[in-house]
Amino acid sequence: MLSLYVPGGSFIHRAPAAVKLLILLIGSAALFMVSSIPVHAAELVLIAGLFHAARLPWRDTVRQLRTAMILLIPIFLFHVFITDWVLGLETVLRILVLLLLAVLVTLTTKPTEMIDVLEAAARPLRHVGVNPSKASMMLSMVIRFIPMMMREAQEILEAQRARGLDRNAIALLMPLLIKTLKMADDLSEAIEARGYDPEPVVPVWRKKG
Amino acid sequence: MTTRDMVFVALFAALTAACAVFPPFQAPFVPAPIIVQNIGVMLAGSILGAKRGGLSLLLFVVLVALGLPLLTGWKGGFGVILGPTGGFILSWIPAAFVVGWFVEKYWHRLNFWNLLLFNVIGGVIVVYVIGIPWLAVVANMEFGKALAGSTIFIPGDVIKAAVAAAVAMIVKRSYPLVHA
Amino acid sequence: MIQVSNVNHRFGERAVLTGINLSIRERRVGVIGANGSGKSTFARLLNGLLIPDNGTVIVDGLDTREDVKAVRRRVGFVFQNPDNQIVFPVVEEDIAFGLKNLKLPKHEIAQKVDTVLAKYGLTHLRDQAAHLLSGGEKQLLAISAVLVMEPRYVVLDEPMTLLDLRNKKLVLDTIHTIEQPVILITHDLDHLQDFERVIVFDEGRVVADGPPREATRRYTQAMA
Repeated sequence: MLSLYVPGGSFIHRAPAAVKLLILLIGSAALFMVSSIPVHAAELVLIAGLFHAARLPWRDTVRQLRTAMILLIPIFLFHVFITDWVLGLETVLRILVLLLLAVLVTLTTKPTEMIDVLEAAARPLRHVGVNPSKASMMLSMVIRFIPMMMREAQEILEAQRARGLDRNAIALLMPLLIKTLKMADDLSEAIEARGYDPEPVVPVWRKKG
Repeated sequence: MTTRDMVFVALFAALTAACAVFPPFQAPFVPAPIIVQNIGVMLAGSILGAKRGGLSLLLFVVLVALGLPLLTGWKGGFGVILGPTGGFILSWIPAAFVVGWFVEKYWHRLNFWNLLLFNVIGGVIVVYVIGIPWLAVVANMEFGKALAGSTIFIPGDVIKAAVAAAVAMIVKRSYPLVHA
Repeated sequence: MIQVSNVNHRFGERAVLTGINLSIRERRVGVIGANGSGKSTFARLLNGLLIPDNGTVIVDGLDTREDVKAVRRRVGFVFQNPDNQIVFPVVEEDIAFGLKNLKLPKHEIAQKVDTVLAKYGLTHLRDQAAHLLSGGEKQLLAISAVLVMEPRYVVLDEPMTLLDLRNKKLVLDTIHTIEQPVILITHDLDHLQDFERVIVFDEGRVVADGPPREATRRYTQAMA
């Protein structure tokens, strides 16, 4: 509901999230190293094939790209007038490849799978005092509270609209903040009542001292 | 970090996301629309301080990258982060941290005017310092041109900093969270 | 047994609890009082969410001041607003949270979660997002998430206040099925008819303590 994930059974959907994220990471770096119009055109054809294989509905893909497209046009025009159209085409194609690749990963991977990958990737950071289980608990809490806070914000917006205050940022933010601060107290109590113990992970370089 | 700290970090990330519900609005004599979500970034730093504020925005940006449509206009996904305006989004993490760092340092002397200044340093200057070169590189633009194109946002950003300062001062009086 | 001795507590200038001495060994105890009577503060003493300024709270021989972790393990706590106590986005994840804190092995967690979901009729909702549940379902989830940890006592702080009539009945019926001793904080006398003992709070003091009928009479007098 909250995520952009589109369920499906293609090999891209089933591929491990770690692999997809790694390819995206390497791919995005490579794009800046090798930049030419024929290469990007070939990449576009390849990505179009992947989108076809993933059987993603056009609607979701287009919706994801629409806002980016609005940016691509001025970037292209900028180059046409200031530098030259070849560089403009190359730049726009490169951004397009990058965006399509990222959209493909976003639409075919469940956020929970990506959280698991992040938790695994963050494990080595334990040595500098980062606690991966705490981090993933906080991520879960954010996902839990976003829909609630959005509904709250919606109600505030409607209430202030009725009073003609919906153009007043302070009148919108203040009630939302008060709600947040009150909720924070209740929630901390509830978490501790259920036996949660935020035992600190002591960084190794501090243990020695 | 205590349980309460974790809760604050998580709730302010959710709060920043919830600000996407408020539509951008137009102020008189200001060329670009004012996006309420950017005020959330400054508030996280002003109310929670450096570490908790920065972490809060880190969580928010991670969730955006993971594909949750949390940005104003229901945008999200890795593409937004890697795209031409990705630097502005990523800059929110150090922005909240920098605002929070100043707030902690000047906590006992905090007033509307110096908080406004801190919000401008963290929430506007830091954001531009990261966002504009990013835009220049991704879009193959000259740095000066990218900078010139971004100036229309400056008046709106100063208004946001003022709103954040006013709100954070009210919260500080009734619910001080930095040196409680 | 829960033993509360000579407890006084203040929030700033205001005395919220004065001279509380109670020992609780019944299976069903109701605590009733107006808003601000101190009944919620009293509830928070029982599992160490709040440590009193003076006096002691002893649960099965454990002092909340010294063994707060062990006390919390014994006394489960259900809050008024389920929205502020459901921590995880998905129903079964939230039920598993307390068990993870007890550091139980994975298969045992899975098995206990299954049992409690079935017992409270939540099995069909196990993969649901918590924010999509109805008010009554949310409170059942909150109660299940506490009971799955198998506490010795269950304290419920106005668990029905925010619910509509139908959901109130659903939650009250569920509370009746709890095997452990229950301490129910409420401001509604009707909830306490079958209880063994009712304690009435007013302005931070115990003004009546006894079987429901007698306590109700005192409560109605105090409210008049």
